[in-house]
Amino acid sequence: MKRSIICLFVMFLWAISTAGRAALTIEITGGTEGALPIAVVPFDVSKLASKLPADLAQIVSSDLNRSGVLKVMDRGALPASPHYSNQVKYQQWRGAGQDYLVVGRVREDSPGIYTIEFQLLDVLKQKQLLGRSMKAKKRNLRSRAHQISDFIYQQITGIRGAFNTRIAYVRAQKNAARKYVLQVADTDGFNAQNVLESDEPIMSPSWSPDGKSLAYVSFENRRPEIYIQQLATARRSKVSGFSGLNSAPSWSPDGKFLALVLSKDGSPDVYTLNTATKRLKRLTKHRAIDTEPVWTQDGRSIIFTSDRSGSPQLYQINVAGGRAKRLTFEGKYNSAASLSPDGKYIAMVHGERGQYKIAQLDRETGNLTVLTDSSLDESPSFSPNGRMVLYASTRGSNGFLYAVSIDGRAKHKLSDQAGDIREPVWGPFESK
Amino acid sequence: MKRFDFLKPWLLAGFLGIFVTACATTQEEILEDGPPPEDQTQMDGGMATDGTGADASGIDGGDDGAATAIVDESMMSAVELLEQTEGALSNRTIYFEFDSAKLTSESIAILETHGSFIAGNGEVTVRLEGHADERGSREYNIALGDRRAQSVRRVLLFQGASTDQLETVSYGEEQPAMSGHTEEAWAKNRRVELIYTVN
Repeated sequence: MKRSIICLFVMFLWAISTAGRAALTIEITGGTEGALPIAVVPFDVSKLASKLPADLAQIVSSDLNRSGVLKVMDRGALPASPHYSNQVKYQQWRGAGQDYLVVGRVREDSPGIYTIEFQLLDVLKQKQLLGRSMKAKKRNLRSRAHQISDFIYQQITGIRGAFNTRIAYVRAQKNAARKYVLQVADTDGFNAQNVLESDEPIMSPSWSPDGKSLAYVSFENRRPEIYIQQLATARRSKVSGFSGLNSAPSWSPDGKFLALVLSKDGSPDVYTLNTATKRLKRLTKHRAIDTEPVWTQDGRSIIFTSDRSGSPQLYQINVAGGRAKRLTFEGKYNSAASLSPDGKYIAMVHGERGQYKIAQLDRETGNLTVLTDSSLDESPSFSPNGRMVLYASTRGSNGFLYAVSIDGRAKHKLSDQAGDIREPVWGPFESK
Repeated sequence: MKRFDFLKPWLLAGFLGIFVTACATTQEEILEDGPPPEDQTQMDGGMATDGTGADASGIDGGDDGAATAIVDESMMSAVELLEQTEGALSNRTIYFEFDSAKLTSESIAILETHGSFIAGNGEVTVRLEGHADERGSREYNIALGDRRAQSVRRVLLFQGASTDQLETVSYGEEQPAMSGHTEEAWAKNRRVELIYTVN
């Protein structure tokens, strides 16, 4: 019987290739009041033998706009097109109301090998804040552009940029050959690549801290089981296939353990699994539902959802064991915690009066701030720099990805009509 | 091996008699290769208007409705009992309140009948598929679906079904029975489906 089921659900595993797939498009839906004005002049590509496959300045502009911190001047309104700082007439840009200006140019050193140079200029002080030169190949041009965005963002805000990172999510497509696809993409939704395709549901992707693997739940054997898959090689292994529930995997910050939820001993409880020794340890033991574990940054405790009080609320428990401490008291439904990298905030699904929104708990003050205004939001996930929360929102018959700044002010939608997108998770900073 | 799905009486009719001696793998594939659920529902309706002749054709002595009234149920095979379109055994979906795995007294009564039936028919196995509506978080919902399936399992075990006969699986909110963001759809989706297999 098992063999026949495996035959029925032939899985197509893709090694991560460079081939681009259907891209997500971005729509800024939140206000940009108070954002700092910056102009990004299209980079000089006039010396290139062939057209560059990516518009670098456009990618940078889109990144900076999404941050909500910067407001990029419309290309059509640019008063001039300098490519070097010494070509800049600062009064012109001051007159156009810009605080910052980015100029740049691209050289082709040999076929397909480029050098990108850019400068970030302070219009008011009339000086260069940052200048960089970087090598690029055709296939990593977009990634280089995101790195430029990171440099600019960090120079202006003092906060590390997270544009050159990746997101993972599940796409469900009604009329496609495979109904469920686990994908990874750049943070602007481009460069989407399939990790796994299946006829049966895929759930709960979780990034390894080094960004090289994903843990996820797959129903390919007609029951939920947890797998770990290396992105580069597509090599994967089943790490949990107990009877009952195998769900909600979450990596420990050191990458050595997975927290997961099993119901093999009765009700859903949180366990930890040493991925090397396969040693399994039960962490919670309660008749109620305990699920959605996430590790605190020090790796010493786990925050999880439990309905032990009668409705789902967030709790924290020491990994060594002990009593769970309740963290949320406002609202009847608080679940799916995502911890900010500095540990100060917890984003969650917050249900009140039949509406499920993304909210953020300030752990110091205990204040809960609702960040979204829709009614079927889920799966919040902090960006690795802690400035944005990525989440899924159901509108009509499909789910869409949104990201909202932690002050709730800036919001953008990564939309794609080809399917129902859910369970986004923002990956870690690229390991150097 | 034979799977019984409430939505697929036409499949049962077609395959029951024909494939009794066929290998398990073949039958499983035939069933799984059937049209997707939406189509099945439509075909279901189509078959009903044609009368139930097709239903009985493959089954020796099997009949429905009127026939069951005069046949001593204790003499019927598990397959025949599962073929009946009326009575507690034909009711194979148990519904729940929001964020609850609590069974209503009506549900318990239905499940008690199932439990006794399973206990009395060792060749029967049941897959208990737990589901939740779309509201809230997916991981919580899959846990909720698991608890719902466990609630059902407990009643069946209490009636004497053996643990080997029961398999629970939760799909959470992944496989709604009805799409849409309405109270009606949500109510239809908070469910446990009993899926029978006669080995």
